[in-house]
Amino acid sequence: MRTFLILTVDGVTNGFVYAVVALALVMIWRATRVVNYAQGAMAMFTTYIALFAITHGVTYWLAFVIALGAGFLIGAGVERVLVRPVESRPPLNVVILTLGLLIFLEALAPMLFGGQVKSFPAPFSRNDLTIGTTQLYVSPFDIFVVGAVLLTMVALLLFFQRTTIGLRMRAAAFGPEIARLLGVRVGRMLALGWGLAALLGAMAGLLIAPAIFLYPNNMDEILVFGFTGAVLGGLDSPVGAVVGALLVGLGLSYVGGYAGSDLETMGGLIILIAVLMVRPQGLFAARRQREA
Amino acid sequence: MTGIRLPQATLLRHALIFLPLALLLLALTYVVDAFTDYNIAGIAIFAIAAAGLTILTGINGQLSLGHGALMAVGAYTTSLLLKGQPQFPFLLTLLASIVTAGLAGGIIGVAAARLRGPYLAGATLSLAVGLPQIAIHFGGLLGGNQGLNVAPPAAPAALGGDFPQERWLAWIAIVAAMITLFLLANLVRGGTGRTLRAVHDNETAARLAGIDVARVQVTAFVISAACAGLSGSLFAYWVGITAPTGFGLQLSLQLLSAIVIGGLGSLWGAVWGSIILVLLPVWTSGLASNLNLSSDITNNLPLAVYGAVLIFAMVVLPRGIQGTATSLFGGARQLYLKRRLNQQTVEVES
Repeated sequence: MRTFLILTVDGVTNGFVYAVVALALVMIWRATRVVNYAQGAMAMFTTYIALFAITHGVTYWLAFVIALGAGFLIGAGVERVLVRPVESRPPLNVVILTLGLLIFLEALAPMLFGGQVKSFPAPFSRNDLTIGTTQLYVSPFDIFVVGAVLLTMVALLLFFQRTTIGLRMRAAAFGPEIARLLGVRVGRMLALGWGLAALLGAMAGLLIAPAIFLYPNNMDEILVFGFTGAVLGGLDSPVGAVVGALLVGLGLSYVGGYAGSDLETMGGLIILIAVLMVRPQGLFAARRQREA
Repeated sequence: MTGIRLPQATLLRHALIFLPLALLLLALTYVVDAFTDYNIAGIAIFAIAAAGLTILTGINGQLSLGHGALMAVGAYTTSLLLKGQPQFPFLLTLLASIVTAGLAGGIIGVAAARLRGPYLAGATLSLAVGLPQIAIHFGGLLGGNQGLNVAPPAAPAALGGDFPQERWLAWIAIVAAMITLFLLANLVRGGTGRTLRAVHDNETAARLAGIDVARVQVTAFVISAACAGLSGSLFAYWVGITAPTGFGLQLSLQLLSAIVIGGLGSLWGAVWGSIILVLLPVWTSGLASNLNLSSDITNNLPLAVYGAVLIFAMVVLPRGIQGTATSLFGGARQLYLKRRLNQQTVEVES
């Protein structure tokens, strides 16, 4: 029972981080029908920027904001400069472009910041809380991670449902031609979407780094798990992405805990294949999706 | 522009292209130094896997981000056979690797036939990340992180005692690559190639024409995986050690990028891509070590350049090397034919 509780808490906490990555992927997918494989590498890069700021005397929270801002700029910049010229080309070209960006950033980071594995600070203690003598298996940092992610999700929901820019972004993603006729600056909305997605990615990078350390390809697996979550959820559905990512987090935690940690990634593969065999379009895709 | 006319029969024509090319490449290994021989072997090995991926992704339209894992199946088959019996015949290790990887490809193909677009990409991506972990879990049998050692194939005594190891490996790889490309070229030109393309171009139309789409997709996966198995087996001999780190996500991504940069859907494109894949890091690391930079920069410059080349190629050469070359050459040829036609018309009129 104790093991089960620990694994569940672990799984949920990790699942929430994967959910952020999954949301970022879904956001870009809905807007531009592109899977951004460089999402993890961009997050790794902004985490390095945060660490650089921290080692130069900046407080954790300011560094947090700096990393999010850098993520936004990188995301919007990538859309404007690199993705837009390739958009009208065969879909595989954008895939290769983002893979190229992934390889480039993972090589650039050690050139700029040094290649050795670095530890990344957590703003709260990572030791488990205790009430009286009972251990709770939850650390203040776990609570911070889950809280920050939930808050972000609510903020995103309000942004997309209640603001004019959110409405414009949805319109630009749903029907670019019609949105353009109605006066929406579609190009700007796409850049904004990529920027926001990269901001989410940056946040995921900052939240997971204390647990997995910081090195050039530390986000590779996180990206795969986030992507797995998004695919499970159906790629088009933000709710699906969150549920899928939580499932992946829990599933991996149980596989890792009960069957051996080296089987974790294999577990992810099996979960994914099993679900896709039953529902090839993911769990939350209501209608038949456009084929990419 | 008339030039040499190649025979119309596909088999004969391809034989007339590949045989002299193979002989030329074998002769080339005598001229260059051992390091270049080693790189030539690498190019040939990657070309085999890339050509197989071309069949699957370029021609049949199924995106695989996990071909490195299929190469791992081939490499581990070879390494395990040699671990159990060091004297295991060389050709049989290649054959066994082709069979096991082909079987693995068949299983994956059955699952993949149900998936499209990003869903297939996601499944194959998690395959690339998940499969190498098996080698760590079953460390006792598969060598764990340390991996399994593979002795390089010995050159036959008939070639002389001082025949360089690298050249023999290059010979094997060149012959294997030429045979693979020859077979695949015939396949692409024939009926199988047409059905593969038909499924890619329009699935519904293919189905209406009586093509069993799922079966064709599984077939493409098996063919492609068999190539990856052969490539993986040779890769094990080439590297000398089979370890999970050698078959990470990077390998799968490099294979895919090679075929796109070379020109998607073209077997020649797979070859150009493999040349870039092997030689670009060699050149850039040579450059970096000449510049006396810090090790962090020297070690990562090749990958940074590779990534930058990929990005640049997608923005500037969207159809890859082969596609661009074909359209340039084709354009020139068309212009020439048009001019000649115009001249003839003028002559007739006057």
